Amino acid sequence: MNAQIEKTAAAADEAGKSIPMNMIQSINSGLDVMLGRDPNCLIFGEDVGYFGGVFRATEGLQKKHGLNRCFDAPINECGIIGSAIGMAAYGLRPIVEIQFADYIYPGYDQIVSEAARIRYRSAGDFTVPMTIRTPYGGGIFGGQTHSQSPEALFTHIAGMKTVIPSNPYDAKGLLIAAIESDDPVVIFEPKRLYNGPFDGYPDKPVTPWQKVEGNLVPEGYYTVPLGKARIAREGADCTILAYGTMVHVAIASAEAVGVDAEVVDLRSLAPLDIETIEASVKKTGRCVIVHEATRTSGFGAELSALVQEHCFYHLEAPIERVTGWDTPYPHAFEWEYFPGPKRVGAALKRVMED
Amino acid sequence: MARTPAKPAANATAAKAASAKKPAAKAPATAKKAAAGKSEGNGWPDKGQLLDWYRHMLLIRRFEERAGQLYGMGLIGGFCHLYIGQEAIAVGMQSVKKTGDQVITGYRDHGHMLAAGMDPKEVMAELTGRAAGSAHGKGGSMHMFDVQAGFYGGHGIVGGQVPLGAGLAFANRYRDNKAVSFTYFGDGAANQGQVYEAFNMAELWKLPVVFIIENNQYAMGTSVERASAETHLHKRGISFGIPGEEVDGMDVQAVAEAGAKAAEYARSGKGPYILEMKTYRYRGHSMSDPAKYRTREEVDEVRKTRDPIDHLREKMEAMGATDEEAMKAIDAEVKKIVADAAEFARTAPEPDPSELYTDVYAEA
Ligand SMILES: Cc1ncc(C[n+]2csc(CCOP(=O)(O)OP(=O)(O)O)c2C)c(N)n1
Ligand SMILES: [Mg+2]
Repeated sequence: MNAQIEKTAAAADEAGKSIPMNMIQSINSGLDVMLGRDPNCLIFGEDVGYFGGVFRATEGLQKKHGLNRCFDAPINECGIIGSAIGMAAYGLRPIVEIQFADYIYPGYDQIVSEAARIRYRSAGDFTVPMTIRTPYGGGIFGGQTHSQSPEALFTHIAGMKTVIPSNPYDAKGLLIAAIESDDPVVIFEPKRLYNGPFDGYPDKPVTPWQKVEGNLVPEGYYTVPLGKARIAREGADCTILAYGTMVHVAIASAEAVGVDAEVVDLRSLAPLDIETIEASVKKTGRCVIVHEATRTSGFGAELSALVQEHCFYHLEAPIERVTGWDTPYPHAFEWEYFPGPKRVGAALKRVMED
Repeated sequence: MARTPAKPAANATAAKAASAKKPAAKAPATAKKAAAGKSEGNGWPDKGQLLDWYRHMLLIRRFEERAGQLYGMGLIGGFCHLYIGQEAIAVGMQSVKKTGDQVITGYRDHGHMLAAGMDPKEVMAELTGRAAGSAHGKGGSMHMFDVQAGFYGGHGIVGGQVPLGAGLAFANRYRDNKAVSFTYFGDGAANQGQVYEAFNMAELWKLPVVFIIENNQYAMGTSVERASAETHLHKRGISFGIPGEEVDGMDVQAVAEAGAKAAEYARSGKGPYILEMKTYRYRGHSMSDPAKYRTREEVDEVRKTRDPIDHLREKMEAMGATDEEAMKAIDAEVKKIVADAAEFARTAPEPDPSELYTDVYAEA
């Protein structure tokens, strides 16, 4: 018991003072903390060094930690990811930024064929403690090459971990846990949430994270474990499974239609916290799954199958999925494509009627 | 070439478009063909050619300025990369293009589309996401096409278009149509692996393609020196046996002359050619660029001393070919074209949401 208290106190010490941060600041802080703690950590990617990153996530890090620890790479995602795998196999902990998730495909072969498989192939002799950070998702008028949500392409790879935060605290804690993970991790950062939460109403002005109640992020070291979901809103009538931007849309949608929904923020898609999902759906008896990615073979399909397998006899209505349409992300129809509160609310009403 | 793949089925859409009559575009007639670099014995092009270059460069400049304004007014959303400063390249190269030749480039594409003769209204309406836009509003600034104008996009993924350009060239050789693929990319894109896969195939199969590297010295916030081991990008083809040349991309005549030589080389079956155009972009990388990676003085210096439009004016003065009246008329004409395009793009209707699912597959 005493040992436990001591451990908690030591963790609080390491975490230090908590202050309001937006998601860019908390990610920057997580990177800064890890560069300071672990000489094996290094950061590289397009525009991340001198320029500080197009979303400013690495601002100041090159100045503070030096050219060897945070540096620019040419525009060659295959080379960036591939060389990071080599570094990682030799014991470094590279953290690479792929400027937009839409640019990751040139490096996809390296992720699938090398990063995710080296441990298995070498019977554990070689591991790839590499972290890929990449902004994903729509809501910023990026069109087809700057809005995608490709998470299902990664959850489908055995050996790869896939993480998606929904707030500044989790973004930093999951990032540090990912860096410390001995397996390769891809973190999809919801770029629409960098500056403030977004509940799916595009005409409402953004509330900056600094003004969001309770948004406090420790300045020091702490982790949010991979594979643990979070109850973002407690409720009794229906479970909404969501991650990233959609967590906020889900909460707003439930409130708009007056359904007492329990919103589960998955945080980590692989590994997945099936216990939390199962407990919630068994409690509510209903389940709506929400993601921005295209519908067919999206992660929602996996979630739906799992809920059915684990909770079949507790379900009082068919499972609903609210997702992006099966089309490229269009330039002109941002809000028709984006699964906003109208569509989520309609799904909630449908499951409540059954 | 040892082996030839099976003959592909002709692309129905492209074939249809190629045989269809091009509608009279509202844009000024495309730059005069074949006259490129042709001199009247004194090494200077004729006055008609000079005025034509002037008209096209000015159209691009004014169009882009207006696009920037519409962006500022919130009428254009998302990403928008302006071509201001680089006009001489698209315009100079256009004047060596022959009917049937193709152009393909990245996301900094507005200037190329205007040079190719696309209707400025259609381009501007795509920027504002309207149904009358070249991709029916679904592509946006970075993703436009016009097969009739020989314009194959408009590609948002850096370097993604380069192997496609080699593929267009392969199709030219396969059909024996004597056309050339003009494949553009930036100094930053020059570091993508697929560029070198394309180089190798292009030389191996002697494809009629001119690779045009628009070296504006920056890839977003990263200068060439910080990203490239070999900064003389025209040398990047040496190990494949592809000839390359550095060109003053701020001098439209120099561009046209080098372009004519390279196109002739490719057209005659000798294989690919690389042109490295030294140029500069005046504006930010896109509309949200904090511009912390270069000084204001650096930008001002280029504007003052190397501006492609001023450069052409000076050249015309030096050769006594200035025609104030004609140029004034061009100024007024261009002003009107751009104003009309902006008005059209502002008022044209948005696409119907039922359009969301069209063109995902061959049939709905
Ligand atoms: C595969 C891929 N990686 C990164 C990007 C992001 N990006 C867009 S433009 C750009 C810079 C490209 O510079 P350059 O090729 O020199 O062309 P310029 O913008 O100067 O015309 C970058 C990094 C992208 N669109 N696609
Ligand atoms: Mg460039």
